[in-house]
Amino acid sequence: MNIIVCAKQVVDVSEMKFDSSTKKPILQGVSQKISDIDKNAMEEAIKIKDKHGGKITVLTVGPANAKERIKELLAMGADEGVLVVALDNIDYHMTATLLAEAVKKIGEYDMILCGEASVDLFSGQIGPRLAGLLKIPQITYAMKVTAEKNSVTAEQNMGKNVVTSESTYPALITVTKEINEPRLPSLMQILGAANKPINEYTAETLVKDVKPVVETIDLKGVSMERKNVIYKNDLDESVEQLVNSLAKEGVLGG
Amino acid sequence: MVLVYSDNKKLVFEMLNVAVELGKNTKKEVIAVIIGKSDESLAREYISYGADNVFIAETNFETFKAEEYTDILSKVVEETGADTILIGSNKNGKELSARLGGILNAGCVVDSNNIYIKDNNIFAERVVYSGNAIAILKFNSKPAIITIPPKAFDPLKKDEKRKGEITKKKIEAEKSQSKILKVQELKSEGVNVEDAEIIVSCGRGFKNKEDIKLVNDLADVLKGKTVGCSRPIAADLKWLSEDHWIGLSGHKVKPKLYIAAGISGQIQHIAGMRDSGIIVAINKDPEALIFKSADYGIVGDLYEVIPKLTAAVKEKMG
Ligand SMILES: Cc1cc2nc3c(=O)[nH]c(=O)nc-3n(C[C@H](O)[C@H](O)[C@H](O)COP(=O)(O)OP(=O)(O)OC[C@H]3O[C@@H](n4cnc5c(N)ncnc54)[C@H](O)[C@@H]3O)c2cc1C
Ligand SMILES: Nc1ncnc2c1ncn2[C@@H]1O[C@H](COP(=O)(O)O)[C@@H](O)[C@H]1O
Repeated sequence: MNIIVCAKQVVDVSEMKFDSSTKKPILQGVSQKISDIDKNAMEEAIKIKDKHGGKITVLTVGPANAKERIKELLAMGADEGVLVVALDNIDYHMTATLLAEAVKKIGEYDMILCGEASVDLFSGQIGPRLAGLLKIPQITYAMKVTAEKNSVTAEQNMGKNVVTSESTYPALITVTKEINEPRLPSLMQILGAANKPINEYTAETLVKDVKPVVETIDLKGVSMERKNVIYKNDLDESVEQLVNSLAKEGVLGG
Repeated sequence: MVLVYSDNKKLVFEMLNVAVELGKNTKKEVIAVIIGKSDESLAREYISYGADNVFIAETNFETFKAEEYTDILSKVVEETGADTILIGSNKNGKELSARLGGILNAGCVVDSNNIYIKDNNIFAERVVYSGNAIAILKFNSKPAIITIPPKAFDPLKKDEKRKGEITKKKIEAEKSQSKILKVQELKSEGVNVEDAEIIVSCGRGFKNKEDIKLVNDLADVLKGKTVGCSRPIAADLKWLSEDHWIGLSGHKVKPKLYIAAGISGQIQHIAGMRDSGIIVAINKDPEALIFKSADYGIVGDLYEVIPKLTAAVKEKMG
């Protein structure tokens, strides 16, 4: 079974700092990581490979330094990495187009796994876009995947319903956070990952002249100022103070 | 042409409001799309909420499948020459719109609650970085696909006298290689956290499903009667149904009072409740992130704090 895991390098949103006057996030210097749910996708790929054998390729469209992040997934158990070094002002249309071309270059594949959504932009676009470009079935929000030799079944969390779907290969599946618990690689695996190959492509070698169809014009800051009054002394006293404060705020009842 | 589609008719009513506004600005007609069996009474309802016309794409497909519905919708886009496509942002709608974007090489913005035209360009805003910023996005090409979450807009006033044309057409679509084996309705407790004035939420600080009674009791005395929860409580543990789930991937709420008990305050939870009036946190860990996002907090064991708080509120409110 040949599996491609699409993994995105994202800024760690929990570590963002803000410009004190504009409230805009400062994106420079924020630590980067693999988007959380892509590690669930990776874990699922490893489980499928354990059952059926085959090869796992991690595919990322991102900046050159994403190579370091790809190594984390190689340490988890991927066999090979592919990094498409992206241009500035990249949008979903471009990312999906580059991923689709990279997939064609990788060649034979049975399954593509993505996260349900990335933790920075949270669109859930790339999976379905890529499936559309490759003209293959998409099974989204999978919380359980059972891969057999000739077909795959998945339980999808579609909000109101749990939908059980089945598809032949190739298919693209996006997984939820709850599908599994991603493993932490051992030190040996981390060291071993250094010898696994990462192929790099430039965007230009994959597609000529692809332009953004959606442009990010600006980021507006949002302020989150709170009173931060914390009661931590005697419990009875704290509770009384809290209830008095809430009454004063006018939020108790009516 | 501005197209509006969702499998949820309430969402269509809400989206028609924006569609009418966009249509006015660009002098374009608003077309509501129905996919599936012909339903003229629904079509007339769409017209009464602002649609100029309704396009009924008749198909034999019994259930929604993104591949097939995308194929159908792309044909409706072609047929109508639509340049703006608004899709209801439930899970079906999101995967449909993104695939449509892929097939048409078109831009797509998911979950926008602010859409406008400036200098003949369509702009859409959406929350990014888990609620830390709002991105202003501009479409550079057509069609523009935008998904709109529930309750982002109010429906226009219903006008039964409005006239519009209903077009019916059988649309052939390619059958997908995938099959639906089973559809199981998820149990819902019918809560509506989006409309709640007071919400008491629980997180993994609760040790057993039964203990959620503590939150229920507090919600009851607060006359809020609404219980919310973090993702793990609904998605991992399944102690509460998904209609209680608050956060980035759950419901967005803005009650006047939000009490978070045994919730660590990860940014993905905050993303769903940051617009609340007053935020109260109860957590035994003084370093818990939730205190940074709270107006008031008590550091303590929720098993001791909540019963005392419930009693004190009861006394105060008489
Ligand atoms: C893409 C993505 C989307 C997500 N979407 C959401 C979302 O929509 N909503 C959401 O909630 N999460 C979401 N998450 C998950 C989120 O990151 C956190 O993992 C989650 O919110 C943690 O839930 P929790 O606070 O209940 O549990 P924990 O983080 O385990 O926190 C439990 C808290 O309880 C406290 N506690 C323990 N015992 C007691 C006690 N006896 N008394 C008082 N306090 C106690 C602990 O100190 C701790 O702070 C998402 C994650 C990702 C990656
Ligand atoms: N630049 C990228 N490179 C590789 N995979 C990506 C990239 N962006 C998104 N993905 C994949 O698409 C999923 C959904 O991302 P998004 O559409 O941003 O919510 C992620 O969880 C990844 O699996």
